[in-house]
Amino acid sequence: MEYFLELFLSGLIRGSIYALIALGYTMVYGIIELINFAHGEIYMIGAFTALIVASVLTMLGWNQIAIILLASVVAVIYSSAYGYTVEKIAYQPLRGAPRLSALISAIGMSLFLQNYVLLAQTSDFMPFPSLIPEFKFMESYEHIISSPEIVILATTTLVMIFLAFLIKFTRMGKAMRATAQDREMAMLVGVDVDRIISFTFIIGSATAALGGVLIASHIGQINFYIGFLAGIKAFVAAVLGGIGSIPGAVVGSLVLGWTESFFTGYVSSDYEDVFAFLFLVFILIFRPSGIMGRAETEKV
Amino acid sequence: MMKNHFGKLFVMAILVFFAGSLMYSCGESQKPAEPAKKAEAPAPKAMEPIKIGVAGPHSGDLASYGIPTVKAAELVVEKINGKCGVNGRKIKLIIEDDVCKPEVATNTATKVVGEGVHAVIGHICSGATKAALGIYKESKIAAISPSATNPALTQSGDYPNFFRTIASDDAQAKLEVDFALDVLKLKNIAVLHDKGDYGKGLAEFAKSFLEKDSRAKVVLYEGITPGAVDYSAVVQKIKRSNAEAVIFGGYHPEASKIVAQMRKKKMDTIFISDDGVKDDTFIKVAGKYAEGVYATGPMDTSSNPMAIEAIAAHKKKYGSDPGAFFLNAYAATLALLNAIDKSCSTDYDDIVNALRTEFVATPLGILRFDERGDAIGVGFSIYQVQNGVYVEIK
Repeated sequence: MEYFLELFLSGLIRGSIYALIALGYTMVYGIIELINFAHGEIYMIGAFTALIVASVLTMLGWNQIAIILLASVVAVIYSSAYGYTVEKIAYQPLRGAPRLSALISAIGMSLFLQNYVLLAQTSDFMPFPSLIPEFKFMESYEHIISSPEIVILATTTLVMIFLAFLIKFTRMGKAMRATAQDREMAMLVGVDVDRIISFTFIIGSATAALGGVLIASHIGQINFYIGFLAGIKAFVAAVLGGIGSIPGAVVGSLVLGWTESFFTGYVSSDYEDVFAFLFLVFILIFRPSGIMGRAETEKV
Repeated sequence: MMKNHFGKLFVMAILVFFAGSLMYSCGESQKPAEPAKKAEAPAPKAMEPIKIGVAGPHSGDLASYGIPTVKAAELVVEKINGKCGVNGRKIKLIIEDDVCKPEVATNTATKVVGEGVHAVIGHICSGATKAALGIYKESKIAAISPSATNPALTQSGDYPNFFRTIASDDAQAKLEVDFALDVLKLKNIAVLHDKGDYGKGLAEFAKSFLEKDSRAKVVLYEGITPGAVDYSAVVQKIKRSNAEAVIFGGYHPEASKIVAQMRKKKMDTIFISDDGVKDDTFIKVAGKYAEGVYATGPMDTSSNPMAIEAIAAHKKKYGSDPGAFFLNAYAATLALLNAIDKSCSTDYDDIVNALRTEFVATPLGILRFDERGDAIGVGFSIYQVQNGVYVEIK
């Protein structure tokens, strides 16, 4: 039973790591129906920014709480700027073009950012300091769940609630939903669609950067390629949960995390990915639009 | 991905080119190579020269693996003939090409045997070596390869006439297992790998060595997914298996994640890994969690005075840095001549016996061969991370 709980927890943590990235993915898709492949790269850039800021502040001798707060804030702002710019350069000019063009543009942007970081930084793995402090009251539970893991769980929950609230209850959220339903109609009733889309990208990138800081701090190493790998898994999780749905991204991520964790624990990690993706196919056969997705006729 | 394809195309283009050129030059390449003539130093009339065969790819696309061995043998022989030979007899090299192909190697071997050689240095490629060894065995001729790493060549016991001055493919796994059993005296061991050719190959060897030995058992054998965001499920599994140590086949990014997660879960499981982890990046990334990790790595020969001298001699004569397996071939030649010298004989039994018993100083260190034909004192050492650096454990 204890083993089951341990696997449950490690699946929960793995799931919330996926969710932190999947949330931004699914939100952008929900609003403009674009699979933003560069999302994983924004996550990676967030992690790199935090690393640079944290290194500088550590040298200046700041305390740990201040470092993680400031590193997160800088990473979020910097990555949001990237997200905004990527949208303006690579997606906005293609707004009227067929959806495939924007998709190709997204893949191009992803490769561009990866290689840019590869050249500007290095291809080696770089150590990432564990920024999240070890809480005193957690000491006796450390072997079950560590402080960084608690922080990741809490952050995922908060980000999910925040996004759901933003979309459901604010003026901006209303405009976002209108844009999602029918872009031209929204424009006709006075919604500044370009601004809404930019805003969506900024929020999406901010959550990705936050994820980058927390996850890198938990894993302890980063390189230019982490965004791609994490992005693929997060994308799968978002599709599994029903792409475009905020709670769906979290549910999908958790299901994926648990599937992998239990399969590894009780069967073998050799076929972990095989099984995870088989499970994905299985779910999509019975619920083509994902666990929480709404059935819609698509024209892709 | 693109780069890979280009690489393949390029290699194929070269292969096609060489296949074409081989057809034209087949007859030509059978002639004895030029360096053989140089070695025909005037021998004392009473004393026949000792004939040593040197076989390997000297033409074709893998020539770069074979030529350095010829040069190494020539340099050693030149030096020894310059004094007064071995037991007063000069050395004569019989150089033959096998283009690294098993079907050609049997012809090469027959030809070398026909020349009446007393021993052979070679062959270079494992496949060609295996094909030629049967012929040498029947003719009672010892062969020392500087480069054939296939484990079965020595372990099968089929070739008592075979020796090598390079560690076999499974040497790292063997060293890891021996260290775990003999030095650390462990009972329960988990074997993990990253599913890659290198990592999985090593892990499979380690597993089979552990299974053959009754002192310890493999409590867990798993492949992990490289690049995954975390390995906590696998770490839980290790914990549950009650393994005292993990033997990991793979590279440092995964190793550092696993080690860090184990230590964060307050597990003090010993971590033993390979050359792919014996990298300073591992220590940099894993930081304080790297302390105490064991890894195997090649022995350091750069400070060996004989190696420095051999490389300098090569530079002087050929004007370039030596190629692949040069030092191994240099060591093989020295070991062979030493065996002939010490046993005062060119008989098969005496040479083989001397190779197994007499120590010889070579650029790879002081070595002799075990009963299977693997060089003792060549290959890998165990290193441990101590205070942030890899330290060799003697």
